[in-house]
Amino acid sequence: MEQLKTIGRELAMGSQGGAWAGQSKEFLDLVKSIGEARSKAEEDRIILREIESLRRRIAEPDVPRRRMKDYIIRLVYAEMLGHDASFGYIHAVKMTHDDSLPLKRTGYLAVTLFLNDDHDLIILIINTIQKDLRSDNYLVVCAALTAACKLINEETIPAVLPQVVDLLAHPKETVRKKAVMTLHRFYQRSPASVSHLISNFRKRLCDSDPGVMGATLCPLFDLITEDVNSYKDLVASFASILKQVAERKLPKTYDYHQMPAPFIQIKLLKILALLGSGDKQASGQVYNVLSDLFRKCETSSNIGNAVLYECICCVSSIYPNVKLMDAAIEATSKFLKSDSHNLKYMGIDALGRLIKINPDIAEEHQLAVIDCLEDPDDTLKRKTFELLYKMTKSSNVEVIVERMIDYLISIDDNHYKADIASRCVELAEQFAPSNQWFIQTMNKVFEHAGDLVNSRVAHNLMRLIAEGFGEDDEGADSQLRSSAVDSYLRILGEPKLPSLFLQVICWVLGEYGTADGKYTAAYIIGKLCDVTEAHLCNDTVKAYAISAIMKICAFEIAAGRKVEMLPECQSFLDELSASHSTDLQQRAYELQALLCLDSQAAGNVMPLDASCEDVEIDKDLSFLINFVQQSIEKGANPYLPESERLGMSGVSNFSSPYQQEASSHSLRFEAYELPKPSSIPVIPQPFISTSTTDLVLVPDTTYYRENNQASKLIVGPEASSADAGIKLRLDGVQKKWGKPTYSSSSSITTSVEKTTNGVVAHQDGIRSHSRDTTYDSRRQQPEVSVEKQRLAASLFGASASKTEKKATMAQKAPKGNSTNAEKSSVVRSVSPGTSKDKTAPPPDLLDFGEPVPTSAPTIDPFKELEGLIEPASALGPLYNTVKTGGDKAQDLMALHMDTPPSVSRTSLSLASEGTYSTDKSSYTEKPMIAVKKGPNLQDALHKDATARQVGVTPTGNNPNLFRDLLG
Amino acid sequence: MGIRFVLLVNKQGQTRLAQYYAEHLTLDERRALEGEIVRKCLARTEQQCSFVEHRNYKIVYRRYASLFFLVGVDNDEQMEYTYCGSFTHGRSKQFSSVIAYVAMGAVVDVIAYVNELAILEFIHLFVETMDRHFGNVCELDIMFHLEKAHFMLEEMVMNGCIVETSKSNILAPIQLMEKAS
Repeated sequence: MEQLKTIGRELAMGSQGGAWAGQSKEFLDLVKSIGEARSKAEEDRIILREIESLRRRIAEPDVPRRRMKDYIIRLVYAEMLGHDASFGYIHAVKMTHDDSLPLKRTGYLAVTLFLNDDHDLIILIINTIQKDLRSDNYLVVCAALTAACKLINEETIPAVLPQVVDLLAHPKETVRKKAVMTLHRFYQRSPASVSHLISNFRKRLCDSDPGVMGATLCPLFDLITEDVNSYKDLVASFASILKQVAERKLPKTYDYHQMPAPFIQIKLLKILALLGSGDKQASGQVYNVLSDLFRKCETSSNIGNAVLYECICCVSSIYPNVKLMDAAIEATSKFLKSDSHNLKYMGIDALGRLIKINPDIAEEHQLAVIDCLEDPDDTLKRKTFELLYKMTKSSNVEVIVERMIDYLISIDDNHYKADIASRCVELAEQFAPSNQWFIQTMNKVFEHAGDLVNSRVAHNLMRLIAEGFGEDDEGADSQLRSSAVDSYLRILGEPKLPSLFLQVICWVLGEYGTADGKYTAAYIIGKLCDVTEAHLCNDTVKAYAISAIMKICAFEIAAGRKVEMLPECQSFLDELSASHSTDLQQRAYELQALLCLDSQAAGNVMPLDASCEDVEIDKDLSFLINFVQQSIEKGANPYLPESERLGMSGVSNFSSPYQQEASSHSLRFEAYELPKPSSIPVIPQPFISTSTTDLVLVPDTTYYRENNQASKLIVGPEASSADAGIKLRLDGVQKKWGKPTYSSSSSITTSVEKTTNGVVAHQDGIRSHSRDTTYDSRRQQPEVSVEKQRLAASLFGASASKTEKKATMAQKAPKGNSTNAEKSSVVRSVSPGTSKDKTAPPPDLLDFGEPVPTSAPTIDPFKELEGLIEPASALGPLYNTVKTGGDKAQDLMALHMDTPPSVSRTSLSLASEGTYSTDKSSYTEKPMIAVKKGPNLQDALHKDATARQVGVTPTGNNPNLFRDLLG
Repeated sequence: MGIRFVLLVNKQGQTRLAQYYAEHLTLDERRALEGEIVRKCLARTEQQCSFVEHRNYKIVYRRYASLFFLVGVDNDEQMEYTYCGSFTHGRSKQFSSVIAYVAMGAVVDVIAYVNELAILEFIHLFVETMDRHFGNVCELDIMFHLEKAHFMLEEMVMNGCIVETSKSNILAPIQLMEKAS
């Protein structure tokens, strides 16, 4: 207000002293000194001094009541300015008992400001509130209700609930209003405890007092949000109330800036938007009121525009109506053309809502949108990005994402960075025009917001590079890979890269660095070593790097070439072998072991470009039967199932070593028992029948080896089952929630697709003319720069020509145009609408639980689906034992329903723990098993150990290593 | 709807009135929040929007002389768009995904959106109400009658909802109370 502006901070205390009579000199002094404090530190000093004096004086006996009120308000000040005044809480509680209303209310106020609703002191106030709710003085009742709203928690609701319900019929309207809101609060806190009272809200809607009715809209809004269908019968009532309000039937006192009760109108419009959403019949009852409102709303005042904005939101939410859409579009364009940033902001928001119904609307306002995008105001800019995000399609994705990335670079708020980055990723994944572009875009996002991006994004990127684009074009895929490799080698020159990005780079370089023969192995290995040196990287990146080096070495060996150890690589290897991280150590030793292998073995351990292939796991380990039998013939101990072993010793796995130690009084030379596996090992058939003998009594010399064998036998199935358990499940989830989404939803919208395809084709045709048209529109608006025009054209595609048409054909064209648009919009809006009705859209579309492979239109999507899942099921011939035969759809279902025995190697999403799960090694044929790590550390350790025992470890080098691990 | 807090802070960043709804922040959290918000708002010019996003709040603010009135509401900007984690590239799948998104987005948007302009006008209504009561209201009036400013706010907002917008209804209980004492 003007007065506020004039007074400013001048504290003419002397002259105004009289105005605040009734307050103590000390209070006035306190306020004065706080007001004059020039810094936070000064203010803090004042308050601390104040707290000290209050602490002393508030505890004095027989403080006069008025003086106490003074103290309490000073405590409120102390808390408001950020200092603890908890010593005075109890005095505030006491003051709620006071008979004098101002004191009582001040007490309640202080308590609501001081106490959280689970504070211990609350219990002391309940009694007072109960008493006050029964008071004859309605102002006391109001004070108690206000306090109850903030203080009553779930446990204490029953103590006051009956009284509050009684007060709903209180003769005073203020009391009824507050009782409604208190009940609303109870509902928010604990819906169950007041669920039987919900009908009261409906009753209060018909209250004779408009204030009560207005307040009742708040709980009703919440209720309707939760359950629209139970309130459909109220649509007519709401519409008629809105009509009456708009026709100024309410008391004059509700007017605000010549608008009749605008806040009530806004609430009603919100409710109607909910009720009319996707409901043609309900929407029909609202059309009249809405068009009245559009006519009556004053656009000169803020509040008029607020109501107008609410109308637009309502129109965009309910079942579309041509006339209302026109009115909404017109109002939106007024917002956008306004000079006020606030209105522009509302306009952009409104536009974002309207384009959902008719995407063509945006075209008309392209220049306004671009102005907002380039505005220095961050709020407006971000809102505009949100709009662009909503209107992205394949024709403009490049421009929009480019803009987003520019913005991403320019801001430094991590919260927004992460938000924009994930939107970029999402758009890029959905609409990428080319693989090259996609890789480049992802690189940029990673570079600038790397550590803020969800690690899933990185794994998706890796998977994308590994699997290609699903099209059966090997050439394109390998081109994609080599372009990725090229770009990564270039990016590695940058001084600082986020660790997530480095992981991707390492992985891709390892898989495909030497694939196209452009770079030598030595070069790539050198680069990978540089990565770990140049960038201060964590263990995860190092693990990725060493694994990448290992892969390259394996590829080289497999190709029959000799691998020369570069000095930097050797030093890297040495560093890792002595690392504190057992994971890194193991990788280093694995690499060393690998270097000693012949070409065939290396090729089997790390097959070329096999990251997408599945590891086949033979749970029965049938290929080992011969080996086992030979061993038994040679006198080895047969395998004992764990349960039997436990039954014999009668102690748990973990304590058994000690137990045995105690009983046998001899040294143990064998490794401790493996930690108890999380999943029960599948016991190979042949061993169950064999007799039981004591494990401990085996002669030392042979025992060691046999124990190895035994543990190998155990570990095989264990590892596989654990792996299958974890990986497969995750894999299934991802597929369930991932790819099928789109294909299955496409089955529902195929009809729409056709029409939209038509539209798109049409637009493409027009786009060739867009150059001329930009010139035309430029003539109309000479001040608009060429660059903006170009940006507009690229953002809005075909639009330019249309706007031009509209401009020249004046009134008629837009009408025809919009009716057309309306028709198409109906088609479009119907499909989401119906899908919403039949099946709550996103979850159900994704749900694969109900197999519907028989229905006719689903054939297509399943084919698509198959294409997507193919990499998972198409195993290398070597591993392929589970034949996919018979009905393909059925088979697909099987893939989803139960976990198949094959494990996708590309379970990249697992790696969130930082462990690396894409090693190439096979569990099967080879007696040489390079075991990979699961996400579970203990599991990993466990497997590590066995891998070494089985023989991969260069035991000669460091025989004690795995014992440490086991210990 | 969901008003989360009402703050009055002066140019120096000193809090003059603070009321939080439906959440209880510790003193330190409040201090930090208020400081950050005021810094953000002070950095903005007159021409820029009166809306700022801050963490999970959207703040609608209005300045009267040296005093900022700030209202924090739930931020609907944080659209619950679900990141599917799949990379659908096939161009044929675009439309289906867009439509799926639209269907989902419509639901989300309808449930949670703020009418920022209305909040802005609510602030003005609050100022007008105080002006009617105090007459030429200024920062000092609010400081000296902190509890009355709170009482007015209590009449206007309950549970984070605007429940009363008639000035005479808002002021009636306060005037009655004054008379009684």
